[in-house]
Amino acid sequence: MQHLIENITILTAAPVINLGLLIDGILIGAIFALAAYGLALVWGVMNVKNLAQGDFIMTGGYIAWSLGRHGIQPLFGVPLAFVLLWGIGYVIYYLVVRKVITRDLFTSLLATFGIAICLQQTLNLIFGPDTQSAQADLPTWQFADGLISIAATRLIGFALAVILAIAVVLFMKNSRMGQAIRATAQDARAARVLGIEPEKVYAFTFSLNAAICGAVGALVVLVWNVQPFLGTTYSIRLFVIVTAAGVGNLPGVIAAGFGMGVFEQFGGFLFGAEFQQALIVILLLGVLTFRILQLRRFRQAVQ
Amino acid sequence: MNRNTLALIGITVLGLIAPFLLPQYSNEIAVMWLMIVFASTWDVLGGQMGYNSLGNIVFFGAGMYISAIVQIGLYYDVAMYTSGARTTHIVFTHAQYFTGFTLGVFAAGIGAAILAVLAGFILFGLRGPYFAIGTLGLAIAAAEIVASWTYVGAASGVSMPVFPGGPEAQKLYFYFLLFALALGTLVFLRWLYATKFGLALNAIRDDEQKAEAMGLQTKQYKRFAWALSAIPLGISGAVFGNMTGFIDPREIAFPTTTFNIFMVLMVLLGGKGTLWGPVIGAVLFHVIKEVTWTYFLGWQYIALGLLIVITVVYFPQGIVGWLTENYPNVFGERPKDERNSVKAPVLESAE
Repeated sequence: MQHLIENITILTAAPVINLGLLIDGILIGAIFALAAYGLALVWGVMNVKNLAQGDFIMTGGYIAWSLGRHGIQPLFGVPLAFVLLWGIGYVIYYLVVRKVITRDLFTSLLATFGIAICLQQTLNLIFGPDTQSAQADLPTWQFADGLISIAATRLIGFALAVILAIAVVLFMKNSRMGQAIRATAQDARAARVLGIEPEKVYAFTFSLNAAICGAVGALVVLVWNVQPFLGTTYSIRLFVIVTAAGVGNLPGVIAAGFGMGVFEQFGGFLFGAEFQQALIVILLLGVLTFRILQLRRFRQAVQ
Repeated sequence: MNRNTLALIGITVLGLIAPFLLPQYSNEIAVMWLMIVFASTWDVLGGQMGYNSLGNIVFFGAGMYISAIVQIGLYYDVAMYTSGARTTHIVFTHAQYFTGFTLGVFAAGIGAAILAVLAGFILFGLRGPYFAIGTLGLAIAAAEIVASWTYVGAASGVSMPVFPGGPEAQKLYFYFLLFALALGTLVFLRWLYATKFGLALNAIRDDEQKAEAMGLQTKQYKRFAWALSAIPLGISGAVFGNMTGFIDPREIAFPTTTFNIFMVLMVLLGGKGTLWGPVIGAVLFHVIKEVTWTYFLGWQYIALGLLIVITVVYFPQGIVGWLTENYPNVFGERPKDERNSVKAPVLESAE
């Protein structure tokens, strides 16, 4: 409590720190928004809630980190992780997800949770349980007498996330496959009647999501760090974002992603980094409670 | 005398002679009873009520910590006891230990039930997968919050009071406690599922809106059912904490990826929504785990993940479900459409 009050005092005494936290939050929020978009995509199109989302991110992060360890610029990990995770996503789709799409939601949730456990333990066996981060050897700019520091990696991460997000959105809007995905999300049966093969659309959507996560992971390892068991935290974070925004609401998902980034920066500053996970989960419960209250209002109108 | 009663008597006899028949395995068998408690209580919500919780471990861990605080707090200052800088030597006398333990067990059961009711206020507004994610979040949050709470020793955990008596006496004592708890839970659930309350739970599972329209106070039922399933979990946490002698938040009290997921897996393996499915699943899973775990050398959690995926994808009806489906003359006690706790999904596309 003492600690918290001191931190609030610091924030009010030096408002420029607020700005620093805000900028950091927005730079990181772009990454969250991108991964949350992938989650919302699979959720909306296939009605599968992917609990392995965070572990895909971690896998992508470790791919970029391995590049960095072998003396290659880890930024190249972004496209590489995109491609590799596309493959992993495709394999997982064919082995597991394909069989649970038509079943109830808890089945798919549990199946993806099983995948998450497999992935995090595999990462743990290969890379060990230590926290890792890749160094891109890029400068950090200081503003306002060093109170605001913007690392070039964060800026690049932000830019790449924005570019990737624009590419995905354009793809979904204009390409044939993107249209097929959106059609299937709207009405799977009608899409089928019009000659779209849902099976192909599902495989593509799931692989695309895994690939996005891979790229996100490569960015995460640059601006932050990866650890085999951090995946679940990411999954929950993304669930918070998507639940807060609503599945079909793309601008909402992106806004909530930025909100999450900013919230975490401030929360981490005020409460200390050890409460980070707890804060995310409390936010989840808060968002869910808010949704219940919304529904309750709706239910009263029905009564 | 029907088959259920016979089976319960059989379990009682086996449970009573097991520690003397296989004395070297009595700890493993004690954990098996714990697993039966886990699976049967999970099934109250997951199988009978259709609310798949991924956070029931919260009550186990909460019971563990509540009993620890009661046992220590009765005689010493908890913060001093758990602090790393403790210099005084602490002993619990015979009377102190058993008074503390008995009160701790009661407090754990009551505390877990209260916690379930409170959590139910928030979480039972959620349906389906949202409930599962919400409860998973609750479990992770509980582990993290306890891990940064210095009063109970934060992440480094608490050493429980030492059992006054030899290791043999300790083994038997905790064995019979867990056995009695498992048996009591089964007898209680068997009775519960036959009452109007059990029918109300099934009504909620089959169609919550309709149940509500028929005048069932579904919210009260759900909270009460969760509280009922939390009581044995809280007590088992208290007993297990004393049995291991040392508790820590992430690995023992709130292990999200081990005990927590075992609960679900055991029920799915045995068959959801049946009285004996969770028991069979728990026994089978525990035996397989104990026999094979040591041979996996770090691969055991990957095997666990694969087992989850395979069970969920290829064997969703569980052993009891499979038996009732294939041998309805012998095992089919219920009409067929009641077997699946979940409505058939209507997603027309993939076949």
